[in-house]
Amino acid sequence: MNALLLTLAAPVVGAILLALLPGVRVGALLNIVFCAAGFVASLGLASGVLSTGPVGGAEFYVDAFNVYLIVLTAFVGLTTAIFSRSYMGHEVGSGRVTTGRMRLYHSSFQGFLLTMLLGLSTNNLGILWVSLEGATLATVLLVSLYRTPESIEAAWKYFVLCGVGIAQTLFGTVLVYLAAAQVVPDTEPALHWTVLLQHADKLDPGVMRIAFVFLLVGYGTKVGLVPLHNWLPDAHSEGPTPMSAVLSGLLLNVALYAIVRVKMLTEGALGAAGGGAGEITGKLMMGFGLISFIVAGLFLHRQRDIKRLYSYSSIEHMGLMTFAFGLGGPLATFGALLHMTVHSLTKSAIFVTVGHASQIAATQLMENIRGLIRTQPAVGWGLLVGTLAIAGFPPFGVFISEFLLLTATMKSAPWLALPLLTGLAVAFAGLFRHLQPMVFGDRPEGQAPVKASLMPVLIHLLMVLWLGLSIPLVLARWFDQATILIAGTGLL
Amino acid sequence: MQQYSQLPLIEQAILTLAAMILASSLALLAQSRVVATIRLFAWQGVLLAVITALVALDIGDAQLLISALLTLSLKALFIPWLLVRQARLLNILKDSDASIRPGLILLMGGALVVFCYSVVQPIEVFAASVTRNAVALSLAVVMLSMLMLITRRKAVTQVVAFMALENGLFFAAVTTTQGMPLVVELGVAFDVMVAAVIFGVFFFQIRDSIGSLDIDELVRLSESGE
Repeated sequence: MNALLLTLAAPVVGAILLALLPGVRVGALLNIVFCAAGFVASLGLASGVLSTGPVGGAEFYVDAFNVYLIVLTAFVGLTTAIFSRSYMGHEVGSGRVTTGRMRLYHSSFQGFLLTMLLGLSTNNLGILWVSLEGATLATVLLVSLYRTPESIEAAWKYFVLCGVGIAQTLFGTVLVYLAAAQVVPDTEPALHWTVLLQHADKLDPGVMRIAFVFLLVGYGTKVGLVPLHNWLPDAHSEGPTPMSAVLSGLLLNVALYAIVRVKMLTEGALGAAGGGAGEITGKLMMGFGLISFIVAGLFLHRQRDIKRLYSYSSIEHMGLMTFAFGLGGPLATFGALLHMTVHSLTKSAIFVTVGHASQIAATQLMENIRGLIRTQPAVGWGLLVGTLAIAGFPPFGVFISEFLLLTATMKSAPWLALPLLTGLAVAFAGLFRHLQPMVFGDRPEGQAPVKASLMPVLIHLLMVLWLGLSIPLVLARWFDQATILIAGTGLL
Repeated sequence: MQQYSQLPLIEQAILTLAAMILASSLALLAQSRVVATIRLFAWQGVLLAVITALVALDIGDAQLLISALLTLSLKALFIPWLLVRQARLLNILKDSDASIRPGLILLMGGALVVFCYSVVQPIEVFAASVTRNAVALSLAVVMLSMLMLITRRKAVTQVVAFMALENGLFFAAVTTTQGMPLVVELGVAFDVMVAAVIFGVFFFQIRDSIGSLDIDELVRLSESGE
């Protein structure tokens, strides 16, 4: 419990302190320090959960499912903060951002991490809503940080679309509360996840079904499910790159986490706990997921902006995960949990290299980014290996999780394996037709290396490689416990 | 279902006010002048606060009285004041933001209300007439606000639509479940307030970048525009 409080306290103190402190260098360093403190505390929390089971009182609840997401969030936050120091240093140096705005940037960065960690650790569905809305509020001014017309348009779109989306979710939450108030004697804890799950089988199925649709559409907007994805490529491409890294690596995961939690409740109410594919909840998630997966894969081909390219790749992978959670069953769930982890690690590593690549070429237009390996081999190789990993090449972890998902699909819905395989191939082609000339090719005149911090990339990609070669027993047990929670039975 | 006239007086009052909120939503949909839109929104906030207070008295819940006060100060006073002030600073208070086919949009609004009733009709938990009407009406307010959001072209009126949407949600929470737990309501109110302030920041950012507040001109990033 203390470790949990520490995990949450680090970003709270960070957000307030960094808003007050002038000085870009100090701010960037302190940003790293607070993230590191949060990460260490989250490790303490994880070991607690691992040894003694779920932690938390009435307001907070941490079990095997969210604890690994908490550690992942704190970790990606830390490595992104390290990357952000050199990246934003370059942006300030080149005059794109004023030092005053850097205070806003650092404070919002911590604020965003706070909302993510709060959303993951809270036991209250209402607070989960508040923190996801808070995540939009914390990041929206960062999307418009550069004050270009494009960035302001992107931020406005992000604000309005996500705001409306998340409003649907609040309506869904009210409906859940309505259903719960009928069966839970004391209404004060009626939105607590633990209480709801206990009474799930008595919740009114009609109300829960409508509630689930609202919740899926609302949180689905944040996950970036097609056709609710419009804000995502804009916000990713126009904001500062460290923001794109945490949006892709963390926010989408937390939104999907929220969907999975309410799916568990709804299935309990519909009397289909653990199953999924046969019920409306599973079908909806499979449908939305598959459409996102295929549409995003096709859109990869026509991108010209490097950050838009990789944000469509995020939509594609989130679609795949949503599909897998919808499919249900231990194998698909295990695969989806693994995929969440490896996608987060790989995608944030890619955004780090993408950020440096666009600084080297001084543009985000892919047709003007050329010869990265000749200019700065570390950035070029980082981008190449990262893209190989995200495209699902063995021996990286993404390959393993996609393989598990395909196997699960073959077992329970064989005809759907065909669109999945096709989609993977389409996405692969979409990524590599753009990547080839950027990484190889001739180095344009006068292109010089930039000061880069590629440690995060190396660490992330090595972890993804490790997860591809052998999943450590501790982690496998962890995933398995989470699988038991979600799907009813484990895999191991 | 009970007849309207057989309900206790306070529930009749709640239902009547609920219908008035729906009417204010339709009026928002039809209103084109910026200043009148903001004023209507403020009145909707007042109605909402009165309903909340009535429900609080009906069930004798002090906590709900707090949220009634919160609604009154936030939705009926603070946000309209902020919007009017900024509209005056930006010199757009007297502007009009007419939608393209107001008649058609109002008809669509009417159809949405019917649709919302048909969604909640089959659910047995809503059998008590107040709950069923309240869920349908609040869902309708949410839908109408979304319709308003997509038919408006000025940033200010879009924000009013956004906040009216929030009103619909709060309305749902108050009338169907007698409010949410206090910690959730405080969190929601905090989010709404921060959102209002950030929207205010955005007005100036948008004006500085495109010279006006017409959202129509924000078209640089569409996928087909490439």
